[in-house]
Amino acid sequence: MYLTQYLLLAAVLFCIGVYGVLTRRNGVMVLMSIELILNAVNINMVAFGVFNHVDGQAQVGGAVFALFIIAVAAAEVGVGLAIVLLIYRNRQSIDVSEASLMKG
Amino acid sequence: MSVFSSATSIFAAAASDESFQPSDWLFENVWIVPAIMLASFVYILLFGKTFPGKDRVHFVGLTAISAALAISLLTAFTWITQYEGEQGDHSAQTSAFVDPSIVTAVDADEEGDKAKDSSRGCLAESNVVGDLRASDDEYALGSLLLNDIGSAELAVDAGEDGKGAGHIKAKPVVRCLEWFSTGSFGGESATGDTLKFHIGTIADGQSIMMLVVVTFISFLVHLYSTEYVKGDRRYVHYYAFLSLFTASMLFMVLSSSTLQLIVGWELVGVCSFGLIGHWWEEKPNSDAALKAFLTNRVGDIGLLVGMIVLFFGAGQTFDIQTINYLAVHGGLSQTTMTVAALCLMTAVMSKSGQFILHTWLPDAMAGPTPVSALIHAATMVVAGVYMIGRLYPVFWFGMSIEGSPINALAFVGALTVVGGGALAFVQNDVKKVLAYSTVSQLGYMVLALGVGAYTAGMFHLFTHAFFKACLFLGAGALSHACHHSFDMKAEMGGLRKRMPVTFATFMIGTLALVGVFPFAGFWSKDEILVGTGGFPSTNANGNYTLLLIMGLIGAAMTAGYMTRVIWLVFFGEYRGHVDPHDPPPVMKYPLIILAGLSVVTGFLNFPADWFGGLGSRFGLKFEQWVEPPRGDTFPVITHGDSNFLLAVIASAVGVASAALVWTYYQKLYAKDPSATEVTEGLRSKNKLAAGGYALLENKYYLDDLYQGGIADPMKGPIARAAYWLNQNVIDEVVNTAGRTSAMLGRFVYRYIDQGAIDGSVNLSGTSASESGGLLRKVQTGRVRNYASLMFGAAALLAAVFILAI
Repeated sequence: MYLTQYLLLAAVLFCIGVYGVLTRRNGVMVLMSIELILNAVNINMVAFGVFNHVDGQAQVGGAVFALFIIAVAAAEVGVGLAIVLLIYRNRQSIDVSEASLMKG
Repeated sequence: MSVFSSATSIFAAAASDESFQPSDWLFENVWIVPAIMLASFVYILLFGKTFPGKDRVHFVGLTAISAALAISLLTAFTWITQYEGEQGDHSAQTSAFVDPSIVTAVDADEEGDKAKDSSRGCLAESNVVGDLRASDDEYALGSLLLNDIGSAELAVDAGEDGKGAGHIKAKPVVRCLEWFSTGSFGGESATGDTLKFHIGTIADGQSIMMLVVVTFISFLVHLYSTEYVKGDRRYVHYYAFLSLFTASMLFMVLSSSTLQLIVGWELVGVCSFGLIGHWWEEKPNSDAALKAFLTNRVGDIGLLVGMIVLFFGAGQTFDIQTINYLAVHGGLSQTTMTVAALCLMTAVMSKSGQFILHTWLPDAMAGPTPVSALIHAATMVVAGVYMIGRLYPVFWFGMSIEGSPINALAFVGALTVVGGGALAFVQNDVKKVLAYSTVSQLGYMVLALGVGAYTAGMFHLFTHAFFKACLFLGAGALSHACHHSFDMKAEMGGLRKRMPVTFATFMIGTLALVGVFPFAGFWSKDEILVGTGGFPSTNANGNYTLLLIMGLIGAAMTAGYMTRVIWLVFFGEYRGHVDPHDPPPVMKYPLIILAGLSVVTGFLNFPADWFGGLGSRFGLKFEQWVEPPRGDTFPVITHGDSNFLLAVIASAVGVASAALVWTYYQKLYAKDPSATEVTEGLRSKNKLAAGGYALLENKYYLDDLYQGGIADPMKGPIARAAYWLNQNVIDEVVNTAGRTSAMLGRFVYRYIDQGAIDGSVNLSGTSASESGGLLRKVQTGRVRNYASLMFGAAALLAAVFILAI
């Protein structure tokens, strides 16, 4: 097993996430794409943690970082879904391309 | 101290009088007297108008002057008591010792030790004294030979002058405070010394005498004015000025430094100006005030220059006692003292009305009569005489008074005696006659000081103050009675019966002025004539025969013009048209008091060899009280021997002159009772007499000379030239500068302010607004756009990293 394989997987996943964020109009789908991006990062973290040996010992730092990211992502999704819900209540739509009230 | 200077000090001590240091709280705190008057001035100035009933504002002035008079009299009394006490001890002591020369030697040693005596002035107490003494030693070294000879001579003189022997003298009490000093931050001046400026008082016989004279006359004038100036439109102003004048005069009299003296001198000048022009609504009055002020400015320049010369000559000090000490002990060169004395003489000429700067004094009679009595007869005009006395060593050595037949100071005095006396004959205004008489008498004082008769000069100042104040206040009473006129020919005559008190007091004043035995003027004038040394066996300082003759001519003139006044005012027919009578009590009592003093004050200094044993016991008291100890800060002057024959001659010329004038008017009266002058007299027959009369009537054409030679050119061509210069040169420069700056301003406004500065400010505004307009297009509000921008940027950054690293 090579580190490169994990990194390639993570890169693919990241790209799919980015594609989702950029193309999806549905707010929920955007949030899900963000999750994909975050998880791509998680894969990177865990992979680096596993492959990074110090004195012949694998380190837990990457895994711990991944755990933090999962927790933060859960919180982020909570907030994001609340926003989406409120947008829906106000506009009867969750199309993010329509929500451009902050235009300059 | 070096050997040389102690040697000279022994010489000096041998020639000098024995002295003691009086001390009393009063002498050290004599500043209180002017301070009271200053307080009175400030009070009247600030609260006079709102004083309960401003017509009673004189209460303030009277209270203050009474307090000042009381303190002055107490000071004089203490001074005399201490002197007499010390004198008694001294006589007992000298008689106890067998050999008086041993006493002298002991005293001389003490003299040396007490070099830092307070009587020597402010510097004696300060740190500078070391430097000063050091430089003094150098002087002594430089002029050792000269000093030796000089002192030896002086010693001989003192030995010959037996009259001073056996009398101790009182040293001045000097008290001063350091006002400020240069170089207080540790820096050094150009000469490397720190200069200290002192302010202080000198209490000695001379200043205490003036203190009494000034406060006494001022008190009587305050009292007299309550009636004379009653209901005046500027009553408050009048009393304020009287207080200020008294304060300034006393300040000047007591000053311990020449700087203070100048300040006091100018202050009395200002008061004189203000009071001469008291009724300034009438043009002649304000003109007279201006004339007095401007003429005095001429002398003031002399005063300033003289004091500056002395300041540098004496090693940068303003201290009067130090200057005097240096002058006596050879610390000032002959040239320095001559230059200083001549410059200071100019000041005396203007302030004390000496020929040729006397012209302002008769015009000063435009002021209220009590003011004339106080300022222009008794006190302020003697400021010059006082100043000579204060710096007497400078004049003594500067003018080389000793042993000479003539000097500038004495000659100016004598010329004034005769010139002023002659002018008094042709005046019709009684105050003008008295004014010229004052000029003439001031001449006597300057003459006395000029020939070295210091005490005689000061004594004449003292007696003159009383009898001339008496005469002026008498003239005020006449004018008060005669419709506010002073014209003897038009408004007076035959007042003897109508105004008996005024007549009696005026008569006594006249007798004193003329110098009739035993009135005050007799004694003082006699001493001046003795002091000239022109008469055989008087043994005075010099041999001023010419000046003695001029003095005698002056005495004859005095008798003549005063007889004329008496006849025109009190005898003959009354020519006025009101009903004159004696003034009310507040005006009458000052007259009586002054007349009484005009009788008795002369006895303060009657010669020692008169009246048998009384003379040696009670004679020459004024001299003993007033004259400073000789040899320390005062030159070793010689006192002339009184001469009975001279007194007889002086009286005889006076009587002869008076008799001549009296006969003239009696004959005139016999012809026509209302005539005041001969219509077909000598003037119409003799060309020379007519010319002389015209000369006198036009006051020697001096006024015309000053008017035509100085005032008119100033007003005419010079003023016009100055105006042209002002308009065409100075104004042109100013205008060009104005125009140029206006042009420059416009340029700056247009191009720099509007163009560059405003432009840059506007540019920053517009650029911010433009860039904002551009940037707002980026902010679409769509999340996707932001996200794509973010990812794009991140990708770009990643590409940069990858490529660069």
